[in-house]
Amino acid sequence: MDTSIKVLIVDDFATMRRILKNILKQLGFKNLVEADDGTTAWDVLENQEVDLIISDWNMPKMTGIELLKKVRADSRYARKPFLMVTAEAQKQNVIEAVQAGVSNYVVKPFTAEAISDKLEKILR
Amino acid sequence: MDVRLINPFINATLNVLETMAFIKVVPGKPYVKKDNVAVGDVTGILGLTGIANGTISVSFEEHCILTIVSNMFGETMERLDDDITDAVGELTNMISGQARRELEQIGKVFKAAIPSVVTGKNHSIRHYSDGPKIAIPFNTDGGDFTIEVCFD
Repeated sequence: MDTSIKVLIVDDFATMRRILKNILKQLGFKNLVEADDGTTAWDVLENQEVDLIISDWNMPKMTGIELLKKVRADSRYARKPFLMVTAEAQKQNVIEAVQAGVSNYVVKPFTAEAISDKLEKILR
Repeated sequence: MDVRLINPFINATLNVLETMAFIKVVPGKPYVKKDNVAVGDVTGILGLTGIANGTISVSFEEHCILTIVSNMFGETMERLDDDITDAVGELTNMISGQARRELEQIGKVFKAAIPSVVTGKNHSIRHYSDGPKIAIPFNTDGGDFTIEVCFD
């Protein structure tokens, strides 16, 4: 797994961004950027070269699923790996994310191992 | 209120805190709460809509939430600040999500709002429904907390 890539972490809760950053740093990732909703995440994408997006679903302004659809609809970002990390685990949510082109899906609460396993699958 | 709505919230609380904060949580006996005064010093509140409308709240004693968030971050947290209130919001969100997944398995589908957090001694918890407030106390090595579930 290439840990030199730039990872964008999107969550409206600073707590979750902090936990994900801690896990990613333990895995060897150093190049981390953050956004607290989909709109801010889009601005980051437009201004920085990001290699992987890790996003929550339920956020104000632009939700994670809206961000995913916008990313997949734009040829510049359509192939970017996109990991959804969310408490939204109902069947309809998972189906909608898969249909929108999510690369993988982690349900909160999660272990560091669960994040590591999903990243291995996405980035290999 | 349908009592089958309660257990998923107990199970979710155990799972969320044991997974994210590596803390052993022991549930106590549920009771009907008569007043609106929070048991704890900081409370997350979240509205749910679906086959019934209602609210869940998770109210932590100060030492309990400081222990939990310290475990989540891997560093010692010493006072109730913005980091703690943010963490209470996210914990409430995760408990709701996990419980809704279990409720979906028995055919009860709910949508959740974004949680709000209130802090301070003896603050009020305003549930969105007039239904009975079922309180479930929990004990941890770091202190106590209580969840309340209130549906039409």
